[in-house]
Amino acid sequence: MLKIARLVALKDLRIEARSRVLLNQVLPFALIVLVLFAFAIDNVGVVNQQGSNQAITTYVAPGLVWLATMFSLLIVVQRAFAIESGDGALDALRVAGVDPAGIFLGKAAAIAAQLVGLEIVLSLGAIIFYDAHLRLGGVVLLVTTLIVATFGLAAVGTLYGGLTAGAKGRETLLPLLLLPVVAPVLLGATRASEAAFGTGGMAVTEGWPWVGLLAVFAAAFIAVGAVAFGPLLDD
Amino acid sequence: MASTAKQLSQVAATGARPAVVPRPTATSATRKLGIATTIGIAWLVVFGLFLSPSDVVQSDSVRIMYIHVPSAWLAYLAFIVTALCSAGYLWKRTRSLTWDRFAGASAEIGVLFMAIMLVSGSLWGSITWGKYWVWDARLTTTAFLFVTYVGYLAVRRLGGSHEARAQRSAVLALLAVLEIPLVHFSVLLWRPLHQQASVARPDGKVKLDGLMLFSLFVGIVAFTLLYVWLLIHRQRMHAMEDAVERHGLDVALAERRSER
Repeated sequence: MLKIARLVALKDLRIEARSRVLLNQVLPFALIVLVLFAFAIDNVGVVNQQGSNQAITTYVAPGLVWLATMFSLLIVVQRAFAIESGDGALDALRVAGVDPAGIFLGKAAAIAAQLVGLEIVLSLGAIIFYDAHLRLGGVVLLVTTLIVATFGLAAVGTLYGGLTAGAKGRETLLPLLLLPVVAPVLLGATRASEAAFGTGGMAVTEGWPWVGLLAVFAAAFIAVGAVAFGPLLDD
Repeated sequence: MASTAKQLSQVAATGARPAVVPRPTATSATRKLGIATTIGIAWLVVFGLFLSPSDVVQSDSVRIMYIHVPSAWLAYLAFIVTALCSAGYLWKRTRSLTWDRFAGASAEIGVLFMAIMLVSGSLWGSITWGKYWVWDARLTTTAFLFVTYVGYLAVRRLGGSHEARAQRSAVLALLAVLEIPLVHFSVLLWRPLHQQASVARPDGKVKLDGLMLFSLFVGIVAFTLLYVWLLIHRQRMHAMEDAVERHGLDVALAERRSER
């Protein structure tokens, strides 16, 4: 199962390396979303708890980064299943008797790898555009958050991507199904990142319970996804 | 449903023009259930609007509770039934499209009554709290529950064979069972302090008096009857729709051949 997962993941990453859809399309999209957020909420100052003046964007930077990640997740998942359903590759894999749990884990791993790259760039974007300050003690928390949250996002994304793959109207259906489910990740990852960035005077230690929530989420959906992916593809 | 299918396949086999037989979804049992439901709702109207006292603090707005709480109960009941029926379909020994149709019918009713619950709740909130919406944990989770089942209904309409629809939506319904506790738990972590204005106590600070409690009880009984009645009818509707989809083409072909 893990061998299949590795093969599927490497295949997806190789396709990405050759087509560069993530680099040339998804990444610029995510960055323009960051810029548009700044337009939408207007960069006036708010007085924070320490009494000093702070830009709104600095204050809400972690949330915006994760919101941009959610939007990008939709595109990455669509893309991950577009390359499969185009030539009926997913059906071919099933006919060949490939373990669906392996396909699930492989696709999730490839999506996770792409998302982590995206999130690193978005976090740097927040530091540059939104003037978010990353403290040294927050780096470990932020990196852990990124990885754990991404596992959860990738697992859910793969599961629902597989559900809508090949269906009519999947472009509109996927956001409706996916966004409510990943809401806990948005909440948990935003709070944990706020702790890492020290937004509003939050201490780094306040972030770790949220990482726990993210870990529970990721573990639950990886386990359930590996079981449920087969029945979903069978239809 | 079986008789409909048989009728239709006989038509297809003999090539005869199908006689137009009106087939209502009602049987004598559901008619009696419908009468009981109507009486229950009438009772609820009498108790809720006239007999029960108005509240000391909230005056007449407390009467919204007699719609709101039974709707909430009904929506949760409907979603539990959807999950159970989906499990019934996925378990190979009990696999039958009837489970799937019951799951779908129940989800439809659940979404409808959850909408009624959200609307009546925000109307009550605007009177009592001065706001239509507060970011209370229970309200937020309910909103997610609503959207999740709207998505479930959308997946049911994706098309494909009836078995494909059943399999897909059954897996999705069971995923919702996993999702909702996670959402609720995370929202609880997010907003632990809003509990004082919770819908868990729709009466606010007020103690429920005996007649109010009784009216609420009447409401829950009446809405449960309404649920069972709607569920049976919707399930039969779905069975007929499926039968038409499955045999409609045969009948149409038979009709065309008989014209020659």
